[in-house]
Amino acid sequence: MNPQTLQILQLTLNGIAIGSIYALVALGLVMIYKATEVINFAHGDILMGSAFVAWGLITIAGLPFWLAVIITMLIAAGISWLLEARVMRVIVGQPHFAGAMLTLAIAFMLRGAVSMAFGPSSRTFQTPWSGQSTHVGGLVIADLNLVIIAAALIITALLFAFLRFSSLGISIQAASQNQLAAYLCGIPVKRLNSFVWAMAGAMAAVGGVLLAPIALVDIGLWFVVLKALAALVLGGFGSIPGAIVGGLLIGVVEQLAGVYLPDGFKDVMAYLVLIAVLILYPRGLLGEAHGRRV
Amino acid sequence: MSGFFAVEHLELSFGGVHAIRDLSFSVEQGEVFAIIGPNGAGKTSVFNVITRVFDPSAGRVVFQGNDITAVARHQVVNHGIARTFQNIELFEGATVLQNLLLGRHRFPHGNILAQLCWLPNVRRAEEESRARVEDVIELLDLAPYRNALVAGLPYGVRKVVELARALATQPKLLLLDEPASGLNPEEARDLAFWIDDIKHDLGITVIMVEHDMSLVAEAADRVLCMNMGEAIATGSAAEVRAHPDVLAAYLGT
Repeated sequence: MNPQTLQILQLTLNGIAIGSIYALVALGLVMIYKATEVINFAHGDILMGSAFVAWGLITIAGLPFWLAVIITMLIAAGISWLLEARVMRVIVGQPHFAGAMLTLAIAFMLRGAVSMAFGPSSRTFQTPWSGQSTHVGGLVIADLNLVIIAAALIITALLFAFLRFSSLGISIQAASQNQLAAYLCGIPVKRLNSFVWAMAGAMAAVGGVLLAPIALVDIGLWFVVLKALAALVLGGFGSIPGAIVGGLLIGVVEQLAGVYLPDGFKDVMAYLVLIAVLILYPRGLLGEAHGRRV
Repeated sequence: MSGFFAVEHLELSFGGVHAIRDLSFSVEQGEVFAIIGPNGAGKTSVFNVITRVFDPSAGRVVFQGNDITAVARHQVVNHGIARTFQNIELFEGATVLQNLLLGRHRFPHGNILAQLCWLPNVRRAEEESRARVEDVIELLDLAPYRNALVAGLPYGVRKVVELARALATQPKLLLLDEPASGLNPEEARDLAFWIDDIKHDLGITVIMVEHDMSLVAEAADRVLCMNMGEAIATGSAAEVRAHPDVLAAYLGT
């Protein structure tokens, strides 16, 4: 293989790994949006806080990696559940922007809380895959990237099976289409909404734990939520497959831009894509053809 | 007090607006009971209180000895009460069959692990639900629309789908909110037959809010007329129609 192709392949693989994390975050956002019609701007801070919690559990408490991951997921799920059940529910029925403002406020409070608890410095934690890599042909693939891709695949597959084949998952879909009808079919809509937030929170925690070894455990991790929003717009807002496709594409585009475009483009590429999609094809790649029912 | 279904001294107000004032009535098992009245009389509000969409300001709704006003909204269906809505509340992005199967949600279909593994007990429960749904599809002639998306169906068919979903929950009491509104004469005639089937063949008690007096006269055993949130007359369709207060309410004198 010539070096040029090899480099593109290498970057694409790295992009898919990062993109898998964007996809996980975007999936959480879209599930929350479909269930409660709120764009949860605090989602990135749940992810960021989870990375810090995982760091604390691994480095300070000395817990084994997997146990730390599970506890982190439970904590993130619990916080997200409480946010929905105790905070967001208060403003049900208010205009859309009220929800956006409220989640923005929660985002800043979470950011402040993490900053007060852990201080502003970046840090890192050991994973079972730190520093290891696998050679395939001429490609060098960090094991961490393989784990990220595998984890994202597993979570997506589980989520799909859950939504498609379990009555709980089907109830969630039903409640997102018509809450009143769902209630009168015996579906406890409020509890399900909290449950969806908790699931999305746990997914964000996984994203945080996977992202931290690449991007460091840092307050700035919340930025992923913006990348995930770009992914959602690219994939088609409100579409679950779109969230995955959009996340992967944003990840790849970013990596390629980092090498083939002038310095600085890597950081703004996601937003350039966001703007371009909004201007040229606002429906997104897999967006629903019909407008949102009001 | 009546054993089957009774509304006792029900009050519902929103701020200074009294939607329901001291309303009491009872319905016997097996009866078709119609509620009529001018627009804004509080008819739909009565349904909304029974199905726990609204909390009453005072009074009770007693169904088979249970105070329904103390029941959670998603538990109403488990007490055997199903309803349709004047403006049709369906799962628009799902097929007719999926909508009807959601009506079966209240019946046990195994736990989540069993469902994901498609264990025999889950399969049996699903087959049972499917069979009950097929019964309803046959009763209401919905076979041509079984796999159609609700969003693309004409209004009259959607109304039938909503009735079908209510029946799929196997209710003891069925609340129909203006079932004939928006239907053409042929569809309205079918509806009269179906209400008769629901009463006689399925043994379901029906309370319906309806403006179409010919349907009310044909289908209802007893009629309650409401005006300004109050009951003004109860009796057979002919009696209520001849009642001076009812005439006054409709003619606005």
